[in-house]
Amino acid sequence: MNTCYVWLGITAVVVTSTAGDILLAYAMQRVGDLGEIRKQRGLFTAIRAVLSNGWFMLGVACMAVSFFALLFALSWGDVSLVAPAAASLTFVSNAIAARFFLHEDVDRRRWIAALFVAAGVALLAQ
Amino acid sequence: MTFSKYLVLLSVAVFAAVGDVLLARGMRDIGQVSLADVHTVVFAITNPWIIVGTLCLMAFFGTYLAALSWADLTYVLPATSISYALMALLGKYVLGEQISLSRWAGIALITLGVGFVATANSKTNHIASDAAPVAPSIPAFTEHHHDGSSRS
Repeated sequence: MNTCYVWLGITAVVVTSTAGDILLAYAMQRVGDLGEIRKQRGLFTAIRAVLSNGWFMLGVACMAVSFFALLFALSWGDVSLVAPAAASLTFVSNAIAARFFLHEDVDRRRWIAALFVAAGVALLAQ
Repeated sequence: MTFSKYLVLLSVAVFAAVGDVLLARGMRDIGQVSLADVHTVVFAITNPWIIVGTLCLMAFFGTYLAALSWADLTYVLPATSISYALMALLGKYVLGEQISLSRWAGIALITLGVGFVATANSKTNHIASDAAPVAPSIPAFTEHHHDGSSRS
């Protein structure tokens, strides 16, 4: 029962933080190269372009939900399980979600990178 | 990828690691916090370590967004995950934490993963059905085609 809650919490963190990352990435792709915008029209315009983007706000909202989900999950399970499990699973779910929602060409190289990093993060918790 | 873009990616990792380590250092002054006593958390906000740590994390978020504006999510995430290794090293040399053998193995794996993507293209051609570029000014948009087209 308790383990069930912990993994439910971890799943909630993974799903909401993946949604947040995907929405933020999508928002920034729509806004365009921030470095170029800043060079041509100033830092203030670049900041306003980001903050006025609805997808960005939705992404930040997901990140906030993810943060509170993490707090709940941490109150149900050990930090040494919850934090690395959530972080490392998020790397894998982000790769999958980026392929389907952002239509990124996730090649073998990137898959290996995501899996290596996920495994590495899991090991850091030992 | 220009030198300044690698610099942005490095800043993402450094700000994330330094920010978290500063927060951890600050929370040592505060002690254990239970969700019940809110005033301890409010008190934590006035701690100088926490203030600088929070500023670092804000800088992390800004540079992270900048990176996402010209690179793929599946490039930025692994490329900046060197911050986990930095965090472990800062934990050892600044906070005096122990690094076990399996942690060193974890650091090695992450570094390998970073090496895998950081040397490749930051922006791939997006899958054909959605090929319309949303940001025409992206300089790293490359004509290089990747081989595996059979992924579903």
